[in-house]
Amino acid sequence: MTTSSTDNTLPPETPAARVRYGDKIVRCAPGETVLEGLLRAGAEIPYSCRNGTCMTCISRAVRGTVPAEAQKGIKDTLRGQDYFLSCICKPTEDLEIAPPEDADLFGRAAVTAVDHLSKNICRVRLTSATPLYYHAGQFLNLRRDDGLTRSYSLASVPSLEPYLEIHVKRLPGGQMSNWIYDDLQPGVSIDIQGPSGGCFYFPGNKAQPMLLIGNGSGLAPLIGIARDALKDGHTGPIHLYHGTQFSGGLYLDDTLRQMDADHGNFFYNACLSRGEDAECCHGRAEDIALADHTDLSDWRVFLCGYPPMVRDAQRRAFLAGAALADIYIDAFELRDLRTEPRE
Amino acid sequence: MTESLYERIGGEPAVEAAVDLFYRKVLHDTTTAPFFFHTDMDAQRAKQKSFLTMVFGGPNEYTGKDLRTAHAQLVKDGLNDSHFDAVAGHLQATLEELGVAADTVSEVMAIAGSTRDDVLNR
Ligand code: HEM
Repeated sequence: MTTSSTDNTLPPETPAARVRYGDKIVRCAPGETVLEGLLRAGAEIPYSCRNGTCMTCISRAVRGTVPAEAQKGIKDTLRGQDYFLSCICKPTEDLEIAPPEDADLFGRAAVTAVDHLSKNICRVRLTSATPLYYHAGQFLNLRRDDGLTRSYSLASVPSLEPYLEIHVKRLPGGQMSNWIYDDLQPGVSIDIQGPSGGCFYFPGNKAQPMLLIGNGSGLAPLIGIARDALKDGHTGPIHLYHGTQFSGGLYLDDTLRQMDADHGNFFYNACLSRGEDAECCHGRAEDIALADHTDLSDWRVFLCGYPPMVRDAQRRAFLAGAALADIYIDAFELRDLRTEPRE
Repeated sequence: MTESLYERIGGEPAVEAAVDLFYRKVLHDTTTAPFFFHTDMDAQRAKQKSFLTMVFGGPNEYTGKDLRTAHAQLVKDGLNDSHFDAVAGHLQATLEELGVAADTVSEVMAIAGSTRDDVLNR
């Protein structure tokens, strides 16, 4: 493609902002996002979540000003360089945009440890080449040298340990997760982007009760958030429910039982949806947690892991009285980041 | 100049205070809840804010035509007067719970009522 093409898929009378991207000029109708316009016109732009979370479609405005909402959740340094998220950008004026500069987004990190904690979950520790300011519970994008990129939530707490820690669950057919589980070795370096995401512990309101529910490797952000809160001197009760099918999936059982013993206000509940174990609750983590705590007015709730669980528990926690703004979610559906646009 | 309804009711902070209360009532009610199931809750909350801003007489960019479009699919799925009345009831209960004065509540309910034909696509 060498000539500049103007998209004429919108009727000419529709009022529209024009967006130039490489050799394409796209017209976005009112209310339409830049990403929608670009995809309609057949432009190639990586994207995944389409709701302003995953950062895959981050772009730079080289001419024109994007609405402030389009920069939601972007680090200040990138915001200052006119970065924005095309999937939530509804342009109000003509724009010229460009793909991100790689060096603005990605840094390098060295793998320092890979520990296999269960038959499909491993713990990876990394050291970033440049200091990273983050909160436990936020996520990083990891990029393999061939460009394959996935998100993983941070279990480490910056004030407690010098390394970054993520938990990787091996997924059937998962290219990245199987590579990490089977092949990744200490000493290897990898590209990292982030941190991103708003599912973390905000200091303050220390007496507020907290309910943390996660399944599988959804435990990673939760254990980070719980340790962060305890480190911060949180005094309210912190109830953590970890759900798996069988007891083999309780990959941090000893650590969590120790935390429960060490802290008067931390309560760990292991929940098995299929297996049997005298020391565990039986049923789905969210069902058990929400039956134990039926009035969540003034609670802070964190829900991480399998997306249908997260969405269902979000609605139920809200109906049980939690304010929507007090429910923090990290649904792992966005993990399958594409490096190629979807057809 | 006298204060507008939106100012008297407390503006955007009042909308913020009302939105969770109202949305929770709508989701608790098994007749209205199914209409709100498919969308993601945070996006839905933003739409509830638009709804409340509108019936509080606040700044909004909606026209009757937009209300028709926004609810057209819902009407195909069976949205009718009984649902409209239920939502209106939840709105009134929310305002009463927040201690809004009775004549102000009536003004809000009048605005809400005036949208009936557009919402129900008649
Ligand atoms: C009192 C009259 C009503 C008014 C003024 C009103 C107003 C609105 C507004 C302003 C929006 C946002 C549109 C957008 O930004 O896309 C909306 C969306 C919506 N309304 Fe209403 N509404 C009314 C009654 C109802 C009723 C009775 C129901 C169902 C029980 C309902 C269900 C919905 C749903 C499900 C959406 C979201 C649609 C979507 O996700 O696109 N509304 N309404």
